[in-house]
Amino acid sequence: MTQTLRVAQGGRVDRTRTLQFSFDGRSYKGLAGDTLASALLANGVHLLARSFKYHRPRGILAAGAEEPSALVSVRRDAARYTPNLRATQVELYDGLEAHSQNRWPSLAFDVGAISDLLSPLFPAGFYYKTFMWPRRGWKALYEPYIRAAAGLGRAPTEADPDRYANRYAHCDVLVVGGGPAGLAAALAAAERGARVMLCDEQAQLGGSLLAEPAGEPADAWLVRSIASLRSNARVTLLPRTTAFGYFPHNLIALNQRLTDHLANPQAGQTRERCWQVRAQQVVLATGAIERPLVFPGNDRPGMMLAAAARTYLNRYGVIPGTRAVVIAACDEAYRAAIELHQAGVAIAMIGDVRSGADGHWPEAARRAGLPVLTHATVLETRGRLRIKAVRLARLDAERRLIGAIQTHACDLLLMSGGFTPSVHLHSQSRGKLAWDERVQSFIPSQAAERARSAGSCRGVFSLAAAIEDGADAGSSAAGDAATHASGFPAATDGSRPPPDGAMAGYAGALPQPQAAAGSKAFVDWQNDVTTRDLALALREGFVSIEHIKRYTTAGMATDQGKTSNLNALGFVSQRLDKAIAEVGLTTFRMPYTPVTFGSFAGFARGELFDPVRTTPIHEWAVRHGAVFEDVGLWKRARHFPQAGEDLHTAVARECRAVRSACGIFDASTLGKIEVVGRDAVTFMNRLYANAWTSLSVGRCRYGVLLREDGFVLDDGVVARTAEDRFHVTTTTGGAPRVLALMEDYLQTEWPELQVWLTSTTEQWAVIALQGPHSRRVLQGLVQDLDLSSAAMPHMSVARGAICGVPALLFRVSFTGELGFEVNVPADYALAVWEAIYQAGAAHGVTAYGTEAMHVLRAEKGYIIVGQETDGTATADDVGLGWAVSKLKPDFVGKRSLARPALNAPDRRQLVGLLTADPKVVLEEGTQIMQAPGQRPPARAIGHVTSSYYSAALERSIALAMVAGGRARIGQTLCAAGPSDDLPVQVTSPVFYDPQGKRLDD
Amino acid sequence: MLLISCPYCGARPELEFTHGGQAHLARAREPAAVGAQDWADFLYMRDNTRGVHAERWRHTHGCGRFFNALRDTTNDQFIATYRLGEPPPAAAPEPEAMP
Repeated sequence: MTQTLRVAQGGRVDRTRTLQFSFDGRSYKGLAGDTLASALLANGVHLLARSFKYHRPRGILAAGAEEPSALVSVRRDAARYTPNLRATQVELYDGLEAHSQNRWPSLAFDVGAISDLLSPLFPAGFYYKTFMWPRRGWKALYEPYIRAAAGLGRAPTEADPDRYANRYAHCDVLVVGGGPAGLAAALAAAERGARVMLCDEQAQLGGSLLAEPAGEPADAWLVRSIASLRSNARVTLLPRTTAFGYFPHNLIALNQRLTDHLANPQAGQTRERCWQVRAQQVVLATGAIERPLVFPGNDRPGMMLAAAARTYLNRYGVIPGTRAVVIAACDEAYRAAIELHQAGVAIAMIGDVRSGADGHWPEAARRAGLPVLTHATVLETRGRLRIKAVRLARLDAERRLIGAIQTHACDLLLMSGGFTPSVHLHSQSRGKLAWDERVQSFIPSQAAERARSAGSCRGVFSLAAAIEDGADAGSSAAGDAATHASGFPAATDGSRPPPDGAMAGYAGALPQPQAAAGSKAFVDWQNDVTTRDLALALREGFVSIEHIKRYTTAGMATDQGKTSNLNALGFVSQRLDKAIAEVGLTTFRMPYTPVTFGSFAGFARGELFDPVRTTPIHEWAVRHGAVFEDVGLWKRARHFPQAGEDLHTAVARECRAVRSACGIFDASTLGKIEVVGRDAVTFMNRLYANAWTSLSVGRCRYGVLLREDGFVLDDGVVARTAEDRFHVTTTTGGAPRVLALMEDYLQTEWPELQVWLTSTTEQWAVIALQGPHSRRVLQGLVQDLDLSSAAMPHMSVARGAICGVPALLFRVSFTGELGFEVNVPADYALAVWEAIYQAGAAHGVTAYGTEAMHVLRAEKGYIIVGQETDGTATADDVGLGWAVSKLKPDFVGKRSLARPALNAPDRRQLVGLLTADPKVVLEEGTQIMQAPGQRPPARAIGHVTSSYYSAALERSIALAMVAGGRARIGQTLCAAGPSDDLPVQVTSPVFYDPQGKRLDD
Repeated sequence: MLLISCPYCGARPELEFTHGGQAHLARAREPAAVGAQDWADFLYMRDNTRGVHAERWRHTHGCGRFFNALRDTTNDQFIATYRLGEPPPAAAPEPEAMP
């Protein structure tokens, strides 16, 4: 194929570098500097896509980010497959492989296009109204079919192999947009000494200036400005970078694309970078987007915005057609007509929807001999895969035909409905918008952040004025409100000042003769929303523009209605006979253009997705085949299966070892907080429910921490290691919560207390040795420690050494057996563990995991906070009433314990449950009913909180919270099963060694 | 992400902080002497201010200190941040967000 529509010279493409690329398997040539869209247009290709809902053939409407239709997929390999890219933003590289979407078997012949013929069946909201029955049909039939029939590109089939980065930055002035206003703002701010960042979504800076014919003064200004900014070390220029989100306090998110334009990115090269920029001041110079016009058949390939055609001609050296009809609602369209005419495009007709056009450009067009028709409207267009003809008519104010209907053959239809300022970011920042009569659009008014808009994004359209506006914004953002000379020769633009109304354009549907039937007139190209859909929504009683938007999906596609919102508003305003300003505007949301998931994820993928906490003994557990479970961020060994063992047999073996010999357990994840200071005991007395004054140095006590509302927050063993020092342990998951609560009371309620709180969770590793042989295992390893029951009774603590390592040794038990917990500095933990394990071999030491630990503690009726408790359980509810001091006048939660509701006799209380069949293990969460066969609305009287098979008891056991449970011990209740109910006997929650004899070995 | 000015450390991003609920709610010196309704109010009832709200923040991943702030709940702008024990500033100017 040859680039037949590439003009002989001109444009900003590199004519010395020809690139090869393919679209739908067919090979084409383009030039360096092309986009996929411009290269395809150069080859005469207009048909790029099938539409979302009706599978209508679609071409290229625009030249930038606003493109609603020309969505393609770009493929490098199976994993590097990016769908839904706007062909107008895809930079061409050698070997680029692009594919059309949403068509089968081919783009030119698409079976799905039947939905266009069936479209009367699919009006707005059809899925709310049809396919309602049979009920199963929706899931099995309708939804899969609709899903398959409608849609955009498909997702890649393999994981994304590319690298994505995050970066934080600060600056004095962030300028969004590198067009004339943005460049002028950056120059002015930089001249004032500000640290400036300027980002632009395009590969080249210049914005609308890039669409100006080369050689004009504007071009020289552009070159000079960029050179000046480049040479300034305090200026950061970020091309290919989209500011897609505006967050509170001037935090702007930028998406920078680093490799998508390269033919051969290096392996491991960062593909995209997500910037989070905190700016002192923001200048929004985001430009304006041309509006299409709404008339029957306005979506055929070969139809284009007038300014886009100028861009293709002046920037890429491409004429998008050979014979054009231009439909104008503003003067800009004339400019496009003149330039295309000069480039050799025949202008069949300029139809102006206004009653008159006598500005600079209309006059110039007439002088050039171009035919102009005022009072014009489009009745109809023809051409299946490319526009072939347009039928124009003239209408008077009463929509009566003036003269004859004209039919013009053409292969290009240009339209310009005026320009809509891009207020997306301003609006995202919660800045206010105001309707501007002059430009017939919403423009920024009050800013909510330290931000200002400049240039055409606030309706300042003329080039010279936009540059002045940008310079003013830049200097005032840099702290200098004085006007600033931009260095732009004002005279160059002075010859073409837009008169009032010249840029106003048109919003809504073009008038049609009375009683005209007309074919589909598209308002939203990307979501296939027509004027009929909007009219239907209004007929059905939708009045709020937000409701109309959601019902018809107008403006809800990935393009966020960049080309459609104002036309939808205009149409609604025409139908309701209300001013657009009264109809109101829908909300703008981030992202401005779609952003890859990779960019959001950044480095937070795979291993870096979430921090992983491992204990110093983790490596040993891995070596010994541990199966791990996640507990918060911690990896904890759940069990250590040996060859051929499943969870059940491994846990049973581990439990038996603890009860009969000795088990070794990594309890390092236990939260540890050191409470130190003159007032440490006072602090503990005020915070924990227990009494602490009586706890002597060297002894431990099981502590219960309540919230101020009286419910259990956490528990753990607390040791007094000195008069002024407590070693407080917490649950694994509760450590940060407990420390935060302690700090809260210490700082805000009792600042007079001299107490210091330090988390020591990571400093102390904890090796639990549990079972009748545990003393014998430790005996030979410790120094300066007497392990006898006389010197070291249950619930005591001592300092000493083990294997020559300083240690804090606890005699405590969470299994009901004789037990010790060896605390050693984390760095020594693995060596000490290995030494104990080796010494224990002769005594049958067995490593056990958290699952065995759970079974062992449940056999003893020891609770786990968060399993037996759920934030509504008091200490008494879970059988810990004994731990709560009756004598202390106050502690956190005490006042609430006096509330009647917390002492009601029917509160759920901790009990044990035994099934009739000892092999049946109840599901945790099973509801307990008073009698069999009860179903809602009968109320459950309790629920199972823990349930295991106990190897020691050779039967199943369960803990449950049951209303008035302690008074029901001995009764038979009912566990509601999925199919049948099981009788369960209520027992004491302590199943094993109720006298606690094994503790006091 | 909000930018919050810790009275001890200066402006830091929101993710270093933990919100601590309504400010200036003192726990009674003798809770046992507080009536049932007053205690329930203390536990559960909070203002739901539209406008300037005095609230607690903690610079958890920084200095660890609690402090108070006046924030306009309609636009998330901080009017002032101040140390514990200090009264809320009457009409303090908006603090400079960047150090």
